[in-house]
Amino acid sequence: MYLHKELETMSRDEINAYQLEKLKSTITHCMNSPFYKKRFNQEKLSADSIKSLDDLRRFPFTTKEDLRATYPFGMAAVPLEKCIRLHSSSGTTGNPTVILHTRNDIEAWADAMARCMYMVGMRPNDVFQNSSGYGMFTGGLGMQYGAERLGMLTVPAGAGNTKRQIKFMKDFGTTCLHAIPSYASRLYEVMKEEGIDPRRDLKLRVLAIGAEPHSDEQRHRIEDMLGVKAYNSFGMSEMCGPGVAFECPEQNGMHIWEDYYIVEIIDPVTLEPVPDGEIGEMVLTTLKREAMPMIRYRTRDLTRILPGECPCGRHHKRLARMQGRSDDMIILKGVNIFPIQIEQILMRYKELGSDYLITLNREDINDSMTIEVELNQLFTDDYGRLQSLTRDITRELKDEILVTPYVKLVSKGSLPRTEGKAKRVVDNRITH
Amino acid sequence: MTIHQISIFIENKSGTLIKVLRQLKEAKIQIVASTIADTTDYGIYRIICSEPLRAVKMLQESGIQANISDVFALKLDNKPGCAADALEIIHNAGISISYLYSFLLDGRGILIFRTNQPDLTKETILLNNMDYMEEDALAKTINI
Repeated sequence: MYLHKELETMSRDEINAYQLEKLKSTITHCMNSPFYKKRFNQEKLSADSIKSLDDLRRFPFTTKEDLRATYPFGMAAVPLEKCIRLHSSSGTTGNPTVILHTRNDIEAWADAMARCMYMVGMRPNDVFQNSSGYGMFTGGLGMQYGAERLGMLTVPAGAGNTKRQIKFMKDFGTTCLHAIPSYASRLYEVMKEEGIDPRRDLKLRVLAIGAEPHSDEQRHRIEDMLGVKAYNSFGMSEMCGPGVAFECPEQNGMHIWEDYYIVEIIDPVTLEPVPDGEIGEMVLTTLKREAMPMIRYRTRDLTRILPGECPCGRHHKRLARMQGRSDDMIILKGVNIFPIQIEQILMRYKELGSDYLITLNREDINDSMTIEVELNQLFTDDYGRLQSLTRDITRELKDEILVTPYVKLVSKGSLPRTEGKAKRVVDNRITH
Repeated sequence: MTIHQISIFIENKSGTLIKVLRQLKEAKIQIVASTIADTTDYGIYRIICSEPLRAVKMLQESGIQANISDVFALKLDNKPGCAADALEIIHNAGISISYLYSFLLDGRGILIFRTNQPDLTKETILLNNMDYMEEDALAKTINI
């Protein structure tokens, strides 16, 4: 049940004591990083500033912009000859970012990944196939090292070539698979075309899915299609990659490994902590990283801590599914609005399709929001009913986001389609 | 007592209406009456045409949002005051009209409308011996 029983079943007090000690040593180690040394000296902060875990809040945040500004090696806390790997993410704006790893970092990452895999029932006699791209994308090598650490027979199939993936699964008796959710659905489509019934012809039983936001309904669909149990995986390259948080067999929230990270959930505007159960931005502090420790890294991911104890016996906090990104936040007439709030209301109406576009406009000093939403089908020949639908949506949105949007029904297929991530917000205001 | 009407969601932007009409032309559908009002964001384009079931299916398949509904079609003499007399009866029965339009067919005025109480409307038409058109009869008339 537990790969690292002592660490996984630590009580809350034990976790706190463990974190306090690791936090002090991490802050001390940060002084080897030119970036942190300068920043902490300016603020007159050091490991001595940490008397309790709450003292972490005295430290400034680290942001993606800091990573860009110190590109490529300005954050390293060890000499480059101690590093054995770097992963780089291509930045769409400005510099890309670089994450360095020492041998111990890679080892610790493999341990965390193996722990996640063991937790959901993967064992050394399993055959593990990875459909993630290898190379700079951490979902490839991260999963690979974890699976090898656990001792499974690994099939590093890499991304794409769906027919070959399915042939591998069949010929090698793949029991465990890592795939992004949309690819799991794609696999099933091609299986059907090839006349393969996953329940009859394959031995698949455990799926790790992540790296792409998905709902619980989508998970159930994947489980039904493939006849497997699917577990949500959370990772980010800034922390290492996959293996930061993972669902346990309860399938109710992802345990974030608190021997690796201190997790805070903050209000992205006030930057103050929010109580457990409330949505905010996740902030992570690394406790084991050598090459690039990170103090209070603002992930921009919105989530909440699920309150209460998990029946699985692990006291490591549980994260809810990611609820979007704090950098999507819209500020309109002084109100903070997340597109996910609007989306959740729109999705309740069966008359509406799943595409929508939020446009922000400014006339003189008046800001306004227009929400174009596609009508799923024409359900009436009555103009009045379309008007009252618009009124209902407007009223419900006003209650949620506190400003009154102009809701406009448009015909299906008329909003711009984009490959991959859809564009949801257009800001036409001049904000400088 | 009713005939088929196709309703089409028309966004208020250039080219939407012509797209629909081109589709109907290609499918060789004959329109006998149509109406759309000037509204801001979108409107509902309502048409009476030949082969309405085939037409609505074709429109839906080409991604146009359309549905089919049944509307009342009274046949009136082509003389002054006939519409007033007919609507007087409907009004006196306590029925409200949601929308209405009319056209001429074979020398008779056809009054198309939808009401808030379809059952009571049927009853009223029957009780007052009003002349009405049905889908079969309309189809025959158009095909001649």
